[in-house]
Amino acid sequence: MTDQKSTIAFVRTHMLEQLPPPRGEVGPAKWIKENLFSGWFNTILTLLSVFVIYSALSSIIPWMFGGVWNASSLAECREILDGAHAACWAVINERWQQIFYGTFFPSSEYWRTHVAFVLLLVAIAPVLFETVPRKLLFVTVVYPFLMVWLIWGGSLWGPIGVAAGFIVAYYAGKIASGYTGSGLSALIAVVAALVWWFLIGPLVVGGLNSVAPLFPLREIQSRELGGFVISMIIGVSGIALSLPIGIVLALGRKSDLPLVKMMCVGFIEFFRGVPLITLLFTASLLLNYFLPPSVTFDLTVRVIVMVTIFSSAYMAEVIRGGLAALPKGQYEAADALGLDYWQAQRLIIMPQALKISIPGIVNTFIGLFKDTTLVFFIGIFDMLAAAQSIRANSEWNGITWELYIFIGLIFWVCCFSMSRYSQWLEQKLRTDHR
Amino acid sequence: MKKSVFMGTLAAAGLVATGAMAQDAGSSTLAAVKDHGALKCGVNPGTPGFAAPDASGVWKGFDVDLCRAVAAAIFGDPEKVEYTPLTSAVRFTALSSGEVDMLARNTTWTFSRDVDLKAEFTGVNYYDGQGFMIPKDLGVSSAKELEGATVCIETGTTTELNLADYFRTNGMDYEPVPVESFTEAQNQFLAGACDVYTTDASALAASRASFENPSDYVVLPEIISKEPLGPLVRHGDSEWGDVVRWTLNAMVSAEELGVTSANAAEMAAGTDNPEINRLLGVEGELGAMLGLPNDWAFNVITMVGNYGETFEANIGESTPVGLARGLNALWTEGGLIYSPPFR
Repeated sequence: MTDQKSTIAFVRTHMLEQLPPPRGEVGPAKWIKENLFSGWFNTILTLLSVFVIYSALSSIIPWMFGGVWNASSLAECREILDGAHAACWAVINERWQQIFYGTFFPSSEYWRTHVAFVLLLVAIAPVLFETVPRKLLFVTVVYPFLMVWLIWGGSLWGPIGVAAGFIVAYYAGKIASGYTGSGLSALIAVVAALVWWFLIGPLVVGGLNSVAPLFPLREIQSRELGGFVISMIIGVSGIALSLPIGIVLALGRKSDLPLVKMMCVGFIEFFRGVPLITLLFTASLLLNYFLPPSVTFDLTVRVIVMVTIFSSAYMAEVIRGGLAALPKGQYEAADALGLDYWQAQRLIIMPQALKISIPGIVNTFIGLFKDTTLVFFIGIFDMLAAAQSIRANSEWNGITWELYIFIGLIFWVCCFSMSRYSQWLEQKLRTDHR
Repeated sequence: MKKSVFMGTLAAAGLVATGAMAQDAGSSTLAAVKDHGALKCGVNPGTPGFAAPDASGVWKGFDVDLCRAVAAAIFGDPEKVEYTPLTSAVRFTALSSGEVDMLARNTTWTFSRDVDLKAEFTGVNYYDGQGFMIPKDLGVSSAKELEGATVCIETGTTTELNLADYFRTNGMDYEPVPVESFTEAQNQFLAGACDVYTTDASALAASRASFENPSDYVVLPEIISKEPLGPLVRHGDSEWGDVVRWTLNAMVSAEELGVTSANAAEMAAGTDNPEINRLLGVEGELGAMLGLPNDWAFNVITMVGNYGETFEANIGESTPVGLARGLNALWTEGGLIYSPPFR
């Protein structure tokens, strides 16, 4: 054994210092070599792509950043540019109010949309983020009524009257439940609310308005709304209404009651099978054929109803996908715990099904928001219509890209934030061990 | 049993609905407009010179002035108009459903629109026609030399059909470049995707005026179609049609008789010309026959202007659109603009 030891010529007694990896095998150099120049074919593709990107950017960047910001007409822009090829952003500078607030919104009332927007952020914060104090949910509940008052103006008594209908329904239901079953008391609550809204309420509100109007604001007709404001009104109302309606429809479609199931399936399949533009035409044009001439519904309300119906049909199918993805054991576990139907939905089924459906739900939201541009075809002056009317003025006739890029940017900001939020939410709700 | 009750209910509902519709068609539009307190007028969402909201959101234009004139005739106030911007696809449906009371939306008066779509055209406020625009360096001076040219053409319009007819009758070939809208056509033409851009001559002039170098492009002299543009109302209410028709006629007659917004007040004191007196409501009861106040035409002329004044203010040669009167001069000056007498 000792012999053997002597035959070993060299034994290292201490560790060597780690050497840095050879140059070209580390950091960006390695990444570039491996990913961009790993063979002759990839090298050619890389060079080609660099060339394409360079030639695109070399014309786009000077066009975008060399643009003119201060001019009062396209002709003046061209004079300043003096033959150079660059954007005329002056049109945005001059007319951005028309794109944001709509072409006809009186400029003295712009502050109302600002207040409505800030309140919207406050109202949706507690819904979106758990860390926000729960007390703010009060703002969320009150917001729809405040928004109607802020945008359409008039006296605050009107929205309060509508809100009172819900309170009437609540108490009517509560009192009735002392005497009858839950089904009948719900019916009584609905009837009480309808009686309030259509018979008593208008008289009370009318009386209050004639005696002392509460915080009266200048009235604004639906016709005067437009631009980003109308997209937000339609988009936010559609989103807020279509989710709960979609959930109810999805549950109805899985219901054991044949009548409920048939009605839900019929509703979903009909509205999913019809293009949105058809529904909008129906709302704006055909409805007038069937109503007596004296009855008029507000066009914005008609559009919101149609957009909501359309997207809730899609929403129902997205949520049904989430319900179908739940293992049967979850339903059985809920039954085993002795939960009734609504408790099981609220505590076990829906939290999981909705979590699974988040990408699909947000997809529908984004689609809905972008679909609001279709209202242009029924005479509502959204951002695209505002752009067209700006172009029809002699000062700006001939301008195209600048307006579309600006509008595209606004949409991108809104849709991208929705998409980022949904990714954050998915990450937060991830409970499996992957 | 159950089924027959259901069918009966359905039939009753149908009857009620038909009754409501029949009543709708029979009731007077003029009364409904007065009742509503404003005229609902369908306009183009944005055509330079004809209809477009300006920087402060006020509708301006040649067609818009017609809406204002009708409002002035009815209410004595040209601002009592609710404008509904309509795309060309929905304009006729919007009119027949009652969403608007009248259309003043550069609409060509054709046989099928008048008869089949049940619209009643109440006159012509602009005689247009289809023309061609080319880059100057193409070196062409007549549309007859356009053999083999590529042409930018909006799909699904009467201009597309006119173009095909014209090239066929002249034994020439062309290559169409289909585009979807006015804006796209303009961009394609400027980018050189087509040699020729064809549409109504008024639109050609307006778009040429917006180019960076208008002098590099020429509009060829040939006009290949008739496009009489005018206001229209629904079939079935001739009294309402009369109001719109005679408002336009009043504007034309005023120009012919030399009544302008500036001198109308002076003339309303009474003149030696009995037709001016009848027009301005000094003599006779013409207004009452229409169901309007007797100074209806006076209001139209003082508040909006006569035909020539609105033409010059919106699309005339002093404006960026820069259209000459041409066919739209008075008949006394070699044009086609003509009004039946006020008698």
